[in-house]
Amino acid sequence: MINIFEVNETNKMIEQDNLDVRTITLGISLLDCISDDLDTLNNNIYNKIKRLASNLVQTGEDISKQFGIPIVNKRISVTPIALVGGAACKTPDDFVTIAMTLDKVAKEVGVNFLGGYSALVNKGMTPAEEMLIRSIPKALASTERVCSSVNVGSTKTGLNMDAVKLMGEMIVETATLTKEQDSLGCAKLVVFCNAPDDNPFMAGAFHGVTEADAIINVGVSGPGVVKHALSKVRGENFEVLCETIKKTAFKVTRVGQLVACEASKRLGIPFGIVDLSLAPTPAIGDSVADILEEIGLERAGAPGTTAALALLNDQVKKGGVMASSYVGGLSGAFIPVSEDQGMIDAVKEGALTIEKLEAMTCVCSVGLDMIAIPGDTKATTISGIIADEAAIGMINQKTTAVRLIPVIGKGVGEIVEFGGLLGYAPIMPVNNFSCDNFVNRTGRIPAPIHSFKN
Amino acid sequence: MKKTIITVVGKDTVGIIAKVCTYLAEKQVNILDISQTIVQGYFNMMMIVDANNANTAFDALVDDMEKIGEEIGVSIKVQHEDIFDSMHRI
Repeated sequence: MINIFEVNETNKMIEQDNLDVRTITLGISLLDCISDDLDTLNNNIYNKIKRLASNLVQTGEDISKQFGIPIVNKRISVTPIALVGGAACKTPDDFVTIAMTLDKVAKEVGVNFLGGYSALVNKGMTPAEEMLIRSIPKALASTERVCSSVNVGSTKTGLNMDAVKLMGEMIVETATLTKEQDSLGCAKLVVFCNAPDDNPFMAGAFHGVTEADAIINVGVSGPGVVKHALSKVRGENFEVLCETIKKTAFKVTRVGQLVACEASKRLGIPFGIVDLSLAPTPAIGDSVADILEEIGLERAGAPGTTAALALLNDQVKKGGVMASSYVGGLSGAFIPVSEDQGMIDAVKEGALTIEKLEAMTCVCSVGLDMIAIPGDTKATTISGIIADEAAIGMINQKTTAVRLIPVIGKGVGEIVEFGGLLGYAPIMPVNNFSCDNFVNRTGRIPAPIHSFKN
Repeated sequence: MKKTIITVVGKDTVGIIAKVCTYLAEKQVNILDISQTIVQGYFNMMMIVDANNANTAFDALVDDMEKIGEEIGVSIKVQHEDIFDSMHRI
């Protein structure tokens, strides 16, 4: 029988330490919507999403009430649109009409983001994929809730450097087209290496082609809970530290598994995976940087940060894996700068630089995430940063991502407000030595030797 | 049978249990177990109840209890037992 201490512990996690389920993401395959007529295609997409997702938000709210735990976001991911629109779209503007359809249906079913305006071009680009990529700036500028991602490399295929170069240009163009809103469009655009097919977190969520027709994926969170648990073992050795993280991650993930199963049952859609992540928000006490400080660093970015993050990431996985029947997505610690008050403080105080963040991405679950950079940064410099990050992913057989926001009209030290969960960020300096001649070579970087396992 | 957990936390005052129990009786909710402590003037109670035969929907129960809590100045939460079971039992 459950006792009062256990009940109080759970409720304290929810009320004081910001424990929540970060997202229920409904993955929907749009492959059966394909048509060579653009209007038919848009209609099919609208109808399918509307049919499957109309109860998503209400179901999320009902589950939240039943268990007394906040479910922050209800979202949708769809099949990469480059595949869906290839037959019907003859110009980038044709693709933009699909983005508008997605935005419209997202608003009607009440989800705050819809991901999957994507192309998977890790080895090469079809004409349709290149068109979709070229349409991204306009699509993100003319929609509110659509998120876009492009996979430019993988361990198995190497890096598509043509796509890397193109994405640098598209990020600058997206920033320019949304400059009235502090280049907000770029906050909805992720460049991946080794992108997972079942990631529930935005902006990089899409519904991979290996997935079923519809699937429920859930992302858990809880940096505040881990931080609170660690505050009770200050000064103890690494064994105690790691055990504490593991046990806490277990408990947090169990809640995600429960919510995922319940959502799956109520919606009649199969359960896919739980993404075991520590995803921060700008709220005080919901910060991954605070955990790093609790582990023993004065500020995130101090020497020891990479090791502390490696330990944290690994223990979260070890604790979480047993708590869920299927684990997937990105799974690990997220380090978005603008969405984490502790990271923001570390940047403001000069403790954390892009170079240190890059090192940290070698050992955590994502990459250079939500980093505001000066608006006059060259497209080739951004491509160079993407190439570096993708190389880390390719060589280490892990997902890496880049979500940089060159804020047009602003420079180092100024603050940009994105609002809501996207938070705010001080603009960070980038290394401006040129990499033009590197980025402007064409073709691919071959797959690494250790990918040949057959 | 799936059970529901009701927790009441707040400053101790006259009639907290009476108010909560009267409401539950009205709604045909059966109380299975009550544990309660007072720590430094703070009232802390957990009830295990059977709400399967309640004459009101679960979300109405949650909202009503929250409102009663506000009236008497305590926080009242109504939650399905599964969240505690899954978190604390393997």
